[in-house]
Order: sequence, then C-alpha cells, then structure tokens
Amino acid sequence: MATSEFKIDKTQDGALLALAGEWKLGSAIPAPDGVLAGAVVKGQRLAFETGNLGEWDSRLLVFLAKIFEVCRRDGIDVDDSGLPAGVRKLMHLASPENQRSGVTHGGARQPFLVRVADSALGQFKGFREVVDFIGAAMLAFLKMLRGKADFRRLDLIVTIQETGAQALPIVTLISLLVGMILAFVAAIQLKMFGAQIYVADVVGIGMVRVMGAIMTGIIMSGRTGAAFAAQLGTMQVNEEIDALETLGLSPVEFLVLPRMLALMVMMPLLCVYADLMGVLGGMIVGVGMLDLGVAEYYQQSKAAVHLTYFWIGLFHSFVFGILVAISGCLRGMQCERSASAVGYAATSAVVTGIVCIVVATLIITLSCQVLGI
Amino acid sequence: MSEPMEDKSGKEPAIVVKGLEMSYGSFVLMRDLNFTIDRGDIFIIMGGSGCGKSTLLKHLVGLKRPAKGQILYDDVSYWDAGPEVQESLKRRFGILFQSGALWSSMTLAENVAMPLEQYTSLPPAQIRELVSFKLALVGLGGFEEFYPSEISGGMKKRAGLARAMALDPDILFFDEPSAGLDPISARLLDDLIIELSESRGTTVVVVTHELASIFAIGTNSVFLDPDVKTMTAAGDPKRLLKESPDPKVVNFLTRGEGARQQ
Repeated sequence: MATSEFKIDKTQDGALLALAGEWKLGSAIPAPDGVLAGAVVKGQRLAFETGNLGEWDSRLLVFLAKIFEVCRRDGIDVDDSGLPAGVRKLMHLASPENQRSGVTHGGARQPFLVRVADSALGQFKGFREVVDFIGAAMLAFLKMLRGKADFRRLDLIVTIQETGAQALPIVTLISLLVGMILAFVAAIQLKMFGAQIYVADVVGIGMVRVMGAIMTGIIMSGRTGAAFAAQLGTMQVNEEIDALETLGLSPVEFLVLPRMLALMVMMPLLCVYADLMGVLGGMIVGVGMLDLGVAEYYQQSKAAVHLTYFWIGLFHSFVFGILVAISGCLRGMQCERSASAVGYAATSAVVTGIVCIVVATLIITLSCQVLGI
Repeated sequence: MSEPMEDKSGKEPAIVVKGLEMSYGSFVLMRDLNFTIDRGDIFIIMGGSGCGKSTLLKHLVGLKRPAKGQILYDDVSYWDAGPEVQESLKRRFGILFQSGALWSSMTLAENVAMPLEQYTSLPPAQIRELVSFKLALVGLGGFEEFYPSEISGGMKKRAGLARAMALDPDILFFDEPSAGLDPISARLLDDLIIELSESRGTTVVVVTHELASIFAIGTNSVFLDPDVKTMTAAGDPKRLLKESPDPKVVNFLTRGEGARQQ
C-alpha cells in the first residue's frame, strides 16, 4: 500500500500540486504551511494532478481544505479541475460560501457587576416561580375541595399505590435499622447507670415524635420526589405538558394535585408504620442484647410515649408529604428540554426536598417548644 | 415469499440478508426477508408506519439480534463473529437516527469528535480540523461550540449526519432522514445523500416513507407488508411504480391513488 505523497512543481502561470498514493485516516494530516511557499504567489494559479491517487477519505479532504484556505488568504486562484469529481463535490459542499454567515455563540463576556446583577435577578425570578407554583398548587387544592378540580381519579389511585404500598420494603428496612441504632447509642450511655430499661423511652419518644417522620420524609424525597421530577421533566421534554395546556387543562391540577394528595395521605400512614418498625428495632436490641423482657419493654414504651407525641409525629409527616410533592413537581415543571435537564431536575428535587424537610422540622420543633408540647 | 435480487450486473454485495426473521419476544414482526444491498447503492426500506422498517434497520446495524437467519457483510455474519470483528464492522457503519440522537451534554464538535477519539489515534488538533470539516460538509461550519438544544431540528439532523460520517463509513444508515424537515431542507438532505454516495461510493441504506425522497434518491428497495409479515417487492422504486403487480406496492408508491385496496 503506497502511502500518501504530494509534490509541488512550478508551471508557467503558478504551480501544480501532484497528489499520489493512499490518503486514508490513521496517520497525521500533513501541515499546509510551507507546501506552497515560494512555488506560487498572489495572482497565480494552483492546479492539481491526481493520476496516481489511490483510495482517499477525509484525510485528503481536510488537507485540501487547508490548502484552499491558504490560497484564499494569499489571493491564489485555485483550479480544482484536476481533482476527482467526488473530491470536487465534497470540497464544494464544505466551502465557506455554503456556510451560514455571521454565526456567533455566547457573545462577549459581561462585566462583573452585570453578572452579579443578572444572578441576583435570576435568584429573585426563581423565588417568584416557587411562590407562583405554591400558590397555584394551593388554588388547585381548594378547587379540589369544592369538587371542581380536573384530574383523573385513576392517576391518584396509581400514585397512592406507588408512593404507599410500594415504599413499604424500604421504609421497613430503614426504620428498623434507625430504631436499632438509636437503641445502641442510648444503651452505651444508660448501661453505665444500670438504666438500660430507659432505652425503650429513648427509642419510643425519638421515633414517634420526630425520627419516624424525618426518616420517612427523606426516603420519600429520594424515592418519590425524584420520580415525580423525572416524570414531569420527561413530560416537559416530550411536550406533553404543552399538550395539556392547549386542551385547557391546568398541569398543576392534572399532574401536581394527584401527586400532592397521594403523598399527603400516604406519608402519615407510612410514618405510623415507620414508628412501629423503629420501636420494634429498639425492642430487638433491648431484648437481644440488654436482657430486657418483651413485656417489660412494651410496658416501658407504652408509658413513655404520649399520644401528643404521636400527633406531633403525624403532623410532621403530613407537612413533609406536601413539601416532597411540591419540590418534586416544581423541579419537574421547571425542567428544560434535554436529557441532562431531566437528571438535573431529579437531583434538584431531592436536594430541595431534604432541605425543606430539615427546615420544616426545625420550625415545628421550635413551635412545639414555645407552645410547651 | 420473495426472491433475492439477481438482476444486478457486476455489482459487489455490501450486505446480504438471508432468511431474516425479526421478532419482539414471541411476536413475529417479519419473516423470510431475503435481499442484497449492493456497494454504492442507495437502498430504500419502505412500508407503512409500524411495519418494522426501523426494526429492520436496527438489525442491519447490529443493535438487535435476528430471531432467525443471517446478515452478512462481505460474507461475514455479524452475529456469528467475535467481538473484535463486530467492532471492526461497526467502525464501517455510520448511523443517522431519526431525531439526530446527539448527546445533549456535548457540543456539536464534541459529538462529532467522539467516534474519532474512540477509533483513531489522531492528535487533538487534527481531530478538531476533521470535525470542523465534517460540520462544514453538512453546512454547519461555525456551529462547533453550539449545544444540540441551541439548534433547530433540521440542523440537529445534519449534525447527526456529520457525526455519522466522522469515520468515513463504507455504509451509511438513515432512519427517516426527511421526517420533520421542511421540503427544501429535505431536498437538500437528499442531494447531500446522493453526493456522499457518488463522491466516495458510500453504500446508503435509508428507511423512509417520503415518496419524493424514495424516487429522488433510491436505486434499489424492499417493500415490507405487515399483513403478510414479509417483504412483497424489491427493486428500483421507479421500476416498481411502473411494473409492480402488487396493488399494495403501487398504492403505497402513488399515495393511495393507484389500485385502491383498503
């Protein structure tokens, strides 16, 4: 296989570039500088000779493109009639005359202050979007209470199943383990005073009052919040949300409301379940490692956990349900139209959900403190 | 049942399909497909919506395994070959997907550079030059730093074509190249396909149901009929229009103006 060769010869009115051998990708493309140097000058003609040219591909084309560019720059006429017809066609397609003129991308970099202002305005706009969305969700909820909201009951039932029953395995595992961890941590301290029995109090109050709700909230944020964002984001990409709007259906009522309702109903139920599992986890540690009796542990837990704590826990989870649904749906609706945007929406939904849960827990806990409950 | 095309004179086969059966699970989509795609041909796969055209294309590019039968490239059966042979075959294919299938997190230049970086050991500066040339070839010179979300549907398709051509493939596959394009852009894309085929002798396989394209570019074709689950015609589409005895084929090629069957 002959390798690529080129040779330049002077002619009466310029130069002749002879191309020979195989010009296939794989080895470096010769640099154009110096090829024409001295052989041809402004106003003269460059012709080609390709009698011994073998197989060729983009390697030859890119080489020629560079030569053509040099000629254009130096005012040398190009006579391409010596090139094979295929090469001529492709060179013509790729010529600058066949490109769109005046393409610019991005533009000049803005001054620092302008960028700061833009970013601040962007934050403000983002905040307004959040408030708008919460307002729209609230209105949709009120409309639903009056029985006038447009959504498919089947969507609600399917979402309830997805966010409720199907979340049970992960909720079981996490709450059981959190209950056991709480028990272990408490046992180390309490054992020193021979007060192992109070492990039941720590686990019971901890789980029922706040940990059950927080753990369920975080699980649901990662599991369901991300799913909501990805679902709505993909619908945004596929223009399904535009299709709803053109039918006069409100995407908030049709898509967000059933998801919000489902989580408002299912989160407290999952929380009750998580509380029970947490107490069970504590009991496993208490009975298995601290030599407490099952009945003893049960009685101690029953005495420690007041009904008020239970209601506080349920209230937490009800609030978390709304927060997780709203952050998931909000990020999904804000999604842009690309695959990476869907991933970003899902991530952002989980982050927003968890931040909201932690902040809400602080507010509720402080409120309880002030109210003395 | 159809016979393999035998009326070619002196042309080398690029792809030979023998007794191909395509299925999704137990659902058979098409069976008994026998045809030959010759080197340098612009081969059209035609048929109504949902008849399995795109699935056939997926079989031809090695994305789906045939339920039965063989697909031979220069007498090498793709699915009987080892991974190295499969890779070297894949390197010879360029595929333009229906929506362009550009990677949205990369710029157009990065999209086109990907196959070059994967399969060649060229230095980055030369890859950049090749990429700019390929983009210029499809009329997208100057768009190197744009992201797919910043350009129009027709431009995405052309950028997808630049990526498909990155390695100077022997065989270019197009899935519905003119779908979603305005008539002028569709025509320009057709011209580009013809020029690519003529200039380097590239074999082109096109899935389409755009009649204008079929007649403008096609030199050979198969017609898939979902009712009998096999191909019912093969040959130059212009000849099929005049000579096909099958009313369904004529109906398809005349937008239902021919023998009205259904």
